[in-house]
Amino acid sequence: MGNSAETLEREAKLQGIGTSRLRKEDARFIRGQATYVDDIKLPGMLVGAIVRSPYAHANIKSINKAKALAVPGVVAVLVADDLKPVNLAWMPTVGGDVQAVLADKKVCFQMQEVAMVIATDRYAAADGVAAVEVEYEELPAIVDPHKSMAPDAPIIRPDIADKTEVGHGPRTHPNHIFTWEAGDKAATDAVFASAAVTVREEILNPRVHPCPLETCGCVASFNKASGELTVHLTTQIPHLVRTVLAMLSGIAESKIRVIGGDVGGGFGNKVPIYPGYVVAVVASIVTGVPIKWIESRIENISTTGFARDYHGIGELAATKDGRITGLRFSALADHGAFNSHISATKLPAGLFSICTGSYDIPNAYCRVDAVYTNKAPGGVAYRCSLRVTEAVYLIERMIDILAQKLGIDKAEIRRRNFVKKEQFPYTTAFGWTLDSGNYHPALEQALKAVDYEGLRREQAEKRAKGELMGIGICTFTEIVGAGPTKVCDILGIGLFDSCEIRVHPTGSVMARLGTMSTGQGHATTYAQIIATELGLPSEDIQIEEGDTDKAPYGAGTWGSRSTPVSGAATARCARKIMDKARKIAAHLLEVGEGDLEWEVDRFKVKGNPSQVKTMKEVCLASHTSNIPPGMEQGLNAVDYYDPPNLTFPFGTYVCVVDIDRYTGEVKVRRFYALDDCGTRINPMIIEGQIHGGLTEAFAVAMGQQIPFDESGNHLGNSLMDYFLPTAVETPKWETDFTVTPSPHHPLGAKGVAESPHVGGIPCFSNAVVDAFAHLGVTHMDMPYNSFRVWQQCKALGISTR
Amino acid sequence: MAEQKVSFKLNGKAVAVSVEARELLIHTLRERLATTGPHIGCETSHCGACTVDIDGMSVKSCTVLTVQCQDADMLTVEGLEQTTGLHALQEAFHTEHALQCGYCTPGMITRAYRLLKETPDPTEEEIRYWMAGNLCRCTGYQNIVKAVQSAVKKMAAA
Repeated sequence: MGNSAETLEREAKLQGIGTSRLRKEDARFIRGQATYVDDIKLPGMLVGAIVRSPYAHANIKSINKAKALAVPGVVAVLVADDLKPVNLAWMPTVGGDVQAVLADKKVCFQMQEVAMVIATDRYAAADGVAAVEVEYEELPAIVDPHKSMAPDAPIIRPDIADKTEVGHGPRTHPNHIFTWEAGDKAATDAVFASAAVTVREEILNPRVHPCPLETCGCVASFNKASGELTVHLTTQIPHLVRTVLAMLSGIAESKIRVIGGDVGGGFGNKVPIYPGYVVAVVASIVTGVPIKWIESRIENISTTGFARDYHGIGELAATKDGRITGLRFSALADHGAFNSHISATKLPAGLFSICTGSYDIPNAYCRVDAVYTNKAPGGVAYRCSLRVTEAVYLIERMIDILAQKLGIDKAEIRRRNFVKKEQFPYTTAFGWTLDSGNYHPALEQALKAVDYEGLRREQAEKRAKGELMGIGICTFTEIVGAGPTKVCDILGIGLFDSCEIRVHPTGSVMARLGTMSTGQGHATTYAQIIATELGLPSEDIQIEEGDTDKAPYGAGTWGSRSTPVSGAATARCARKIMDKARKIAAHLLEVGEGDLEWEVDRFKVKGNPSQVKTMKEVCLASHTSNIPPGMEQGLNAVDYYDPPNLTFPFGTYVCVVDIDRYTGEVKVRRFYALDDCGTRINPMIIEGQIHGGLTEAFAVAMGQQIPFDESGNHLGNSLMDYFLPTAVETPKWETDFTVTPSPHHPLGAKGVAESPHVGGIPCFSNAVVDAFAHLGVTHMDMPYNSFRVWQQCKALGISTR
Repeated sequence: MAEQKVSFKLNGKAVAVSVEARELLIHTLRERLATTGPHIGCETSHCGACTVDIDGMSVKSCTVLTVQCQDADMLTVEGLEQTTGLHALQEAFHTEHALQCGYCTPGMITRAYRLLKETPDPTEEEIRYWMAGNLCRCTGYQNIVKAVQSAVKKMAAA
């Protein structure tokens, strides 16, 4: 049984796990009928716009609202003093700090929120913003985090200057936030002291921005009669936002409804709770009408959700034949003016200690020092788990640097250091247990696909002619799917996730989840899981997320956690329904449960294949009196899933670049990406995610950086300056895969959307640096725009004919 | 500020609005004419999410004043679907998985519509070049190119 043409046809009709089913959510998007937050229009709605600081560091001497209030259409102007009666001038951050909702007596970064003008439409609001008079007294600013802890450094945060800690251990300077370390320092230092070879490099992950095409915004609507607050929001974490709003406002959580709706991309930018949201909520409570606040692109890049700004130092110790014996990584982390860095409570530097990568490294130590500067606050994970891009970037650059020092081929040094298949589950020196992996075959498949030996021969020929060609390899291991509640919580709430399934009498299904799609295709992927588990067609399975009044509680979508956590909850929830369905089928067929076997979409009596009950028949029966005695009607279930471990997707990427040494132009000739995300639920969606992640990696490596001058002024915060690749620059992507299921996930799936970003960035870097390796270059900081690469050529004396 | 009356054709229907001279077309479309297909992504003409078709040209509606549109013949993504069904481009964006978050999609499809009017059988290089005014953060463009190519085939066969 199971393989006949008839059963295969029935299976195909389900369009379940493993099929490249077209997306169920597309219909509204291709017609322009989606509902993003700026599409929402409520009766009586007013619009908020923010007055922002022109200075990076200044005292506020006075704010005069009078002229603004006289502008036609302006209804109110809110400043910090107006928020104090409701205790919302400041808000707690997930990093254990507090953040000014509206600047209270001073501003600490350029474009900081100083006031919100509420008006009848966006034009009147803009007029009002221009008419608010703020008198500033400029102060010296700190832009370079290396200068934050100088003895005579200006104090950025007098409000906490005498606090001995802000959430994560002792502080040694008023501009110090925390120092976090992991691993065995003494043992690692001893290994370095006696190592045959050591390498050291300073490596920067510059300040960048995720820049989803839709900026952040909200519509807050407080109903004075019922005391209920509804917030339509650009968010990746609707349930956590509801909890935080309850904590901040004192409104009962049951009276707060957060609705995610359609969200135009997130990439980490839509995880935090921003001052604009909070002021809009207060303004709605004060005015009693809905308030819309939508940030502009310049506000988005300047103030909400920067990423990285990790100033790293990598060190490896090794034997002469390239076996790594010790790893020592540190980073100076620039968190800006407030520590609103997104991280789990016990992980102030996120998952940075995944930095041993795919390699069997016996001794390791890492440390992160976080400091305040006069820049926008926070630190989000831009298409990655918390601080994973930074960690993977360091190890994947450092292993190349070690290979160069030892004269070992960059593929070969990886072979020598990989965790071997038989070592899984493998516990790293930092204590992470890598669930599964099979690194050697993935590398060999990739090298064969690109004809690696041939590429190296071609490179040697080109070098002989004075031409620059680089081959980058990256063999990354990611850590995603946060996470076990024992390890990961935010504000005390564990990062479990959930699924609730209701099966209707006619066999169609409604499922609701605690995650939040921002383009990942959840409505399709989750439906496919349920289709295969329950034998019902995915076409008739509706998925809903983001409305906290409807969906069960969950920690949202970030850190590639949807499939690893909610996908697991979905499978387990369906299996609870299956258990009940089996009992009903046995009752209907008048046999024991053990006499039944499952085949695609129906129960069959073993040895009597004509005795059959399809799942659809069971769905109907479950709503009748013809069910086992004592059983409740219906086929509904809910599952809350606390994963036993994170999941560890991996991959091998190869990039080939040609560089014009006279202009510095880097041309990506080829990019091959082999990903192993365990069980593949929808290959079409997976490939789409990989294309997108690689493109965002390309953007970071080749052009993205938020630049400042010495006074903390932004030098590029519009799309004129900030690099988002177009169809012309973006390379063509070749995708490939291996499948190594996760042993602890009910479906074996691991999560995929962030791997291409995390693995892609070091692959581009390794390719660009490799082009100069024969000239003694071991590292160049991103981004590799033509000017910077040309400067490298000029420094080497090869930029002129 | 004084308002001016402006009338034009939007997706085949005559419309009239009364707006301040400074009002941008994207705001008129989205807030007065319930046409929320075109989106705002940058307000500086870079991203193309607000692309509409005016008098046979692709135009970024965040940098056009509504008062400039008197008597214009305007098409947005909402006007592409006919009683006979979806436009070949809408269909192709779905079948080639050329959208993820969907925010750029109305602008992309509207731009591709004009591209194919001007260049009915473009090469891949031409597609990439002539679509470069529309940014997408999700797809990496590869499937968008495939969708345009697929629509070309469908339209040629029709």
